[in-house]
Amino acid sequence: MKNKFKYSVAILAIGFSANSYSQDLPDPLVIATEGAYPPFNYVDASGNVLGFEVDLARAMCEELKANCQFVTQDWDGIIPGLLARHYDAVVGSLYITDERKERIAFSEKYYQTPTRFVVMSDSDVEISDEGISRITIGTQRGTSFERMMRDEHPDADLRVYGSIDEAYQDLQSGRVDAVIDDVVSINENLLSQEHGGGYEMRGPEFSDPEWFGYGAGVGVHKDDKYIADAFSEAIRTIRENGTYERISNEWFGFDVYGEQ
Amino acid sequence: MNINAIIEGLPRFIDGVIITVTYAGGSLLIGFFMAIPVALMRSSRNRFFYWFSTGYVTFFRGTPLLAQLFLVYYGAGQFHHELDVIGLWDFFREPWFCAIFTLTLNTTAYTSEIWRGGLQAIPKAEIEAARACGLSDFQLLRHIMFPRALGIGWPAYTNEVVYQIQATSLVSVISVMDITGVARSIASRDFVYYEAFLFAAALYLLLVYGFIAFSRLVEKKLHRHLKDTTT
Repeated sequence: MKNKFKYSVAILAIGFSANSYSQDLPDPLVIATEGAYPPFNYVDASGNVLGFEVDLARAMCEELKANCQFVTQDWDGIIPGLLARHYDAVVGSLYITDERKERIAFSEKYYQTPTRFVVMSDSDVEISDEGISRITIGTQRGTSFERMMRDEHPDADLRVYGSIDEAYQDLQSGRVDAVIDDVVSINENLLSQEHGGGYEMRGPEFSDPEWFGYGAGVGVHKDDKYIADAFSEAIRTIRENGTYERISNEWFGFDVYGEQ
Repeated sequence: MNINAIIEGLPRFIDGVIITVTYAGGSLLIGFFMAIPVALMRSSRNRFFYWFSTGYVTFFRGTPLLAQLFLVYYGAGQFHHELDVIGLWDFFREPWFCAIFTLTLNTTAYTSEIWRGGLQAIPKAEIEAARACGLSDFQLLRHIMFPRALGIGWPAYTNEVVYQIQATSLVSVISVMDITGVARSIASRDFVYYEAFLFAAALYLLLVYGFIAFSRLVEKKLHRHLKDTTT
């Protein structure tokens, strides 16, 4: 008994010292993603979390020698879950915006793609300040897309959905005239699909940092800035050693990092 | 606590309250009356009526309202060509229609069981007495059985209304901006999850207890012949 007690005290002591002196990454390091935003992150039929961001996160974890585990979390609960410390980091197309920076900390960006509207090719929908106010627009709740619409076009008929897939379903059934989304997601979720033939992107690209920030970054709790810093370091490493380019090419056929 | 975000969002919350009250009130009003024929069919000896109404009630009481909403809303979306042909798409394309349609079918199923229970609980002697007085079938239902069933079923119906007010919170999944939809939108916009949902909860509480107070008055009126024994 006595020996056992000493033993566990020793383990505790080692544990404490490791944490307080070197700020080791949590083990396991739990990463949340939405799992409903292909090809960035999604869940396949057998429940595996896949996607560009998941592969990227795995590569970063390998760099960091961290034992990473993935969990999925619905989009509108993804920041609350982080604040409540249900997981250590979010790798889920979370754009680095000034608004969000007041609440959580971010790594450097790991991808940046513009935002556009997608409409039915044979519709006469016009993507302009005036045109937008005349149509019904769908997007995902709690996203930068919703923010931009509410700030720039408060009078537009905006419908918000729990996941982007539902917005596309309503575009196809004709309930909404346009969907606002990331161009890569538009391609993957609509244009490249079998039923995506009659649709096209219309209007300008949007990338105003006020809503779309500075690209997608790894989000962490404000007290865990060191985790974000570690990811920033890992992003730089995989950018330099070619791993990033390889993964990006695998998923998209081009480099989604955006401007350096 | 970030009160400012809530104050700024107040107009949107008021719109949300109007939506919640309209959707709950509309579906309950239609459902209250639609439930009567369903309850009669459920007690009917006609096999078709019995199985039709039993199938309907079993389905809507036995499956989650959330699943029913998705089924109606996205199900209709998938068949929009077919619905267009028969002229129903103009209705089913609107989220408000799908929401009230589903809420109504749902509350009708529950309310019909309250009606049925109330009708079956009427003492046989009262019905016989009414018949002895020479009332026709219709007069019997209209003047004796429905008022009695309503008195018996009212406490259970009050519960149904309370559940229904809360159940409307699910319509935000089909893009309707009810109290919950507004709370979700404001919460994620300004990171005021705690404040937005606490405020939404307070609004629901007001609606529910407002109705319960009203329901007490109705109950007194329904049981006015029992003035001495009820409080």
